Amino acid sequence: MKCSDKTVLGSKSDIISTVEFNHTGELLATGDKGGRVVIFQREQESKNQLHRRGEYNVYSTFQSHEPEFDYLKSLEIEEKINKIRWLPQQNAAYFLLSTNDKTVKLWKVSERDKRPEGYNLKDEDGRIRDPATITTLRVPVLRPMDLMVEATPRRVFANAHTYHINSISVNSDYETYMSADDLRINLWNFEITNQSFNIVDIKPANMEELTEVITAAEFHPLHCNTFVYSSSKGTIRLCDMRASALCDRHTKFFEEPEDPSNRSFFSEIISSISDVKFSHSGRYIMTRDYLTVKVWDLNMENRPIETYQVHDYLRSKLCSLYENDCIFDKFECVWNGSDSVIMTGSYNNFFRMFDRNTKRDVTLEASRENSKPRAILKPRKVCVGGKRRKDEISVDSLDFSKKILHTAWHPSENIIAVAATNNLYIFQDKVN
Amino acid sequence: METDYREGNRMWEEDSSHKHLLDTMFARGIKRKCFDGEEDIEGTLAGFKSVPSYNLQRQSLLDMSLVKLQLCHMLVEPNLCRSVLIANTVRQIQEEMTQDGTWQVINAQNAGQASLDRLVSSDILCRSTKEQGEGKLIPSYSSFSKDFEDIQSQDIISDLSTVASVQAPRNPQSNVWEMENPQENRANFQKSLDQIFETLENKNPNSVEDLFSDVDNSYYDLDTVLTGMMSNTKMGHCDVLESFSSQTSTNSNSNCKSDINELDHIVEILVES
Repeated sequence: MKCSDKTVLGSKSDIISTVEFNHTGELLATGDKGGRVVIFQREQESKNQLHRRGEYNVYSTFQSHEPEFDYLKSLEIEEKINKIRWLPQQNAAYFLLSTNDKTVKLWKVSERDKRPEGYNLKDEDGRIRDPATITTLRVPVLRPMDLMVEATPRRVFANAHTYHINSISVNSDYETYMSADDLRINLWNFEITNQSFNIVDIKPANMEELTEVITAAEFHPLHCNTFVYSSSKGTIRLCDMRASALCDRHTKFFEEPEDPSNRSFFSEIISSISDVKFSHSGRYIMTRDYLTVKVWDLNMENRPIETYQVHDYLRSKLCSLYENDCIFDKFECVWNGSDSVIMTGSYNNFFRMFDRNTKRDVTLEASRENSKPRAILKPRKVCVGGKRRKDEISVDSLDFSKKILHTAWHPSENIIAVAATNNLYIFQDKVN
Repeated sequence: METDYREGNRMWEEDSSHKHLLDTMFARGIKRKCFDGEEDIEGTLAGFKSVPSYNLQRQSLLDMSLVKLQLCHMLVEPNLCRSVLIANTVRQIQEEMTQDGTWQVINAQNAGQASLDRLVSSDILCRSTKEQGEGKLIPSYSSFSKDFEDIQSQDIISDLSTVASVQAPRNPQSNVWEMENPQENRANFQKSLDQIFETLENKNPNSVEDLFSDVDNSYYDLDTVLTGMMSNTKMGHCDVLESFSSQTSTNSNSNCKSDINELDHIVEILVES
């Protein structure tokens, strides 16, 4: 796949912490460390420029979360947006869920392009008219105005999570959603903010016995009773909410047996799953751990059907990566619209794509220096040892502060969004 | 971070020439690299430190992990996943060291230790975490840094409502702690593991829920949220409560006051301890 038509949208300061297309791909939302949400909208394709795909421009910006202070623990609650999930569109307005560590919010984003004029009791500036001057009655009319996009918080779902929320997922029934923290998963109804149902609880009676946490969770895209959650021990559990109110017993348990030849003190850490995603078809799940991406068939629990090496050259550097904490970086992974290609990020602003059918993979880089707008991205290669070819980069030269943790793929087209620290890159497939 | 990584990288270089018994994760550690770009140091002269053994490498990983666990208490709020993974790594090392008997033989200095002492120390350290947890936490704080004090106070709140438990296990432990440093470190890290999870968990959920029941839920109402959002200033929790209480609603005032009373109550407990 060739990439071109790059749009670079740099935000002033904050590190982007989540990226998500809506269900049509018309909108792209980003959340950042400062609690802001920025929504981009794809411009309408004009007849004049058939060869030019719609570009994404800023549509709305709002402050979703503010920093809070937890007095009980004397700790600050970060305003960083951990996840954004869109609701399917049901009317003219757009709805999305955004969450920080503790609180989920439902935001309504709507357009206003008309305003009423001709009030009786106040004039156009809003000042109250002197009743003595009112001699006639008139009916206010709607007149066009400059388009204004406003975001309003419609629901705030708070006080349900003791631990940090890592995932939210909208159910296919469009009435409920779940939020998952390190030890618990709660089910919410969109209309009810003061109650949630706890559907998974892995907190041990004695916290000293804690050895495993929940790392990600997602609803099945089609079956509203099914969801999966991944753990820090590299396992995935599929649960059916019809079985019982508290889904402590899984319906399916996915775990790959450990490779004894690769065993080390870091084995568990690198097996910790940082992201889990259902395929659009609902037949597969994809998991990301530190060095690989795996595709699992829901019907086979004992091992994945595909394993892709993201950056295996780091396997010999694990001790250093443990020392500088990079080994705990949580990379996300995404499917393309047809579930034929998967994508995930790496270091040095590299991101990787794997074609499941052709088994080909490519490494690309998201950086201003190395690509100009409208240029085709050049595949990159990391050389492991021995002689380094001209365009290759050696493992020791990789910049581990430049990590691509968050990426998104348009639901139907080959358009991808890549968050590189505080810059957002949008790449589109080249059209000839 | 980039610089740090490269420094670390020099310490742990890929080693394909030596065979280590267990894993290649600990390649030869090279403390200083005198020759830039030199790949093979097998034939190097004196001036380099000797190649550390697997045990020493494992030891340094253990020490690094303990430092990480301690450091995480100083952060805004510790990342539970990271803490659990590090703690599991520490346990794994501990188990391995216990199994191959290196636990007692910490280093050459301790060669003269009475065998009984070493047995005691391993007994304490291998004791089930449950027993460890039952001991009161307060006496053990003395050996930890000041940064723990905030977390101590919170523990005390929960301890006030939990039954004071067994004191006996503490005595042999204190004997262990008076021993040579390395063994003290061993005892300390076992304690660390327990305490880390004690401090990470939400204290006594019942009391927390009671507290929250008094909190003014209208903070989360649309109006209040909008007020907070639209004013576009960074407001802490307290500020929002104050701005809320400035509104005419008496309901909010009384709830706000009860919230502040709860805080006073907590502060009293903290101060008295």
